[in-house]
Amino acid sequence: MTAVELSSNDLRSREKGTGSLVLGFGLLVAVTFTLLSLFVLLARIFTQAIPAFRERGSDFITDTIGSEPGISGIWPGLFGSFGIGVGVLLLAVPLGLAAAIYLEEYAKPTRFNRFVIVNIRNLAGVPAVIYGVLGLIIFVGWLKPITNGGSVIAAALTLSVLVLPVIIITGMEAIRSVPTGIREAGYGVGATRWEVTRDHVLPYAMPGILTGTVLALSRALGEAAPLIMIGAITGLLPETSLTGKFTAIPMLIYNWSGRPDSAGGAIGWSNSAAAAGLVLLVLVIAFNLTGVLLRQKFEKKRVGT
Amino acid sequence: MIQVQAVQPEKTTESSVVFSVRDLNVYYGEFRAVRDASFDINENEITAFIGPSGCGKTTVLRCLNRMNDFIETARVEGKIEYHGVDLYDPQVNSNEVRRRIGMVFQKPNPFPKSIFDNVAYGAKLSGRFSKSEIDEVVENALRQAALWDEVKDRLKASALGLSGGQQQRLCIARCIAVKPDVILMDEPCSALDPIATARIEDLMQEIKKDFSIIIVTHNMQQAARVSDRTAFFTTEINPESDRRTGVLVEVDSTRKIFSMPSDERTELYVTGRFG
Repeated sequence: MTAVELSSNDLRSREKGTGSLVLGFGLLVAVTFTLLSLFVLLARIFTQAIPAFRERGSDFITDTIGSEPGISGIWPGLFGSFGIGVGVLLLAVPLGLAAAIYLEEYAKPTRFNRFVIVNIRNLAGVPAVIYGVLGLIIFVGWLKPITNGGSVIAAALTLSVLVLPVIIITGMEAIRSVPTGIREAGYGVGATRWEVTRDHVLPYAMPGILTGTVLALSRALGEAAPLIMIGAITGLLPETSLTGKFTAIPMLIYNWSGRPDSAGGAIGWSNSAAAAGLVLLVLVIAFNLTGVLLRQKFEKKRVGT
Repeated sequence: MIQVQAVQPEKTTESSVVFSVRDLNVYYGEFRAVRDASFDINENEITAFIGPSGCGKTTVLRCLNRMNDFIETARVEGKIEYHGVDLYDPQVNSNEVRRRIGMVFQKPNPFPKSIFDNVAYGAKLSGRFSKSEIDEVVENALRQAALWDEVKDRLKASALGLSGGQQQRLCIARCIAVKPDVILMDEPCSALDPIATARIEDLMQEIKKDFSIIIVTHNMQQAARVSDRTAFFTTEINPESDRRTGVLVEVDSTRKIFSMPSDERTELYVTGRFG
């Protein structure tokens, strides 16, 4: 038997030389570029928003939209965005989750069902404006008796349809990741399909489902294009009602950003727009944090600590 | 303890037969996994299914509590009678079947819940016990599964914190708590060390007075140690399609299978010259 021949070079790193240096540098540039653009964006929003908050204080949140930046607030926009968020949580999340459960646990893998799943994936990539057209036709037009035209309800319905594919796809992936052993254990003691789904599959899939919910909510809160399509207004808006004219924070940002800063007041429209952007950012981050905390709670259960 | 039993399956009295299987064929799509298996399973005995990989022993086991229902392509032909009732009759509720015919799986698969909730789950679902009775059901099941003394102080702790052997005994307790009539065990010790394996084997001897047990095992010594009767399965290669099909070679008392089997293939297998 011959001994294994091993020279001292054999166990040394091959990751030397210019090739790996270039690769490492390239990756670093990519990360730096990403972080830098994010930083510039945040810095710009903050510096622009601070004068607005200094001038208006909490009135910026609670005042209605005014004719001048110095007297304008975002309350109607906050109301609209809140309505959309609640609508998505109450409509799109249960509906999307139910669809995901059906497709993963109940539907047989027929050609038709595969076709349905592929198309749900495609729907997730459809531009938001197209959903705006859909909302205009169906929720503003056909369902006018219920929505009273371009109202918060119509907006919530439109954005629910928009985020439905995201919720279904992330829900399906979460459900698919549940180990077979857990399902079999449930069936093994005589549980029905629904009992296994309710008691074992859904709790185990909950972290993934929550991720989908947070993604969907963040997306719905940030969209402006479909709201433009269904006729959100951005002018003076004294009322905050579910069935009347409405606006939302992205609409205000979009509209205010386009207005010229008049010479007169202490702050311009661009400051108001940035401040509204900051509010939206804080809202989305708050939702994300809640999602992360809930996730951790469910994940802890999963590993049994 | 191995009982000497020279009775042929056909001669057993009707009351002691739990399963009567005739001409069982199982297909996965076009592929025939098991061909023409016929056998009886007796009450309060441990029956071992042995044989090489791919011989269909697990497939047959999963037919006995309709666990194969969840495999879309699986198709069962032939007759499986459980206490005289056709298990595959359209009128039969498969959940009720699995409540009476429990199952312990190859890999310990406790729910990611507390020890107590694991054992209580099936019993609660069955609706046969009041809330106050559940505590007692859980304790008795854990005692029967020889786990009570190890976990009685931490019933609220997660089941995932137990060792592999403890988890498998917990799965047995979960099964027992539903008060089944039969327990199917699919290689219950293949993921366990020898000490944990020995504990499970002792446990099987303890509980066989209350349950009929069928165990699939790759371990011939285990079959010889624990079972009263043994069924030997093997594979046959179809010369046309070159695909393997499982066939049941013979069922007999364990002593006979391991000392003087009727079929040459069994002898080759149990003496280690094949498979």
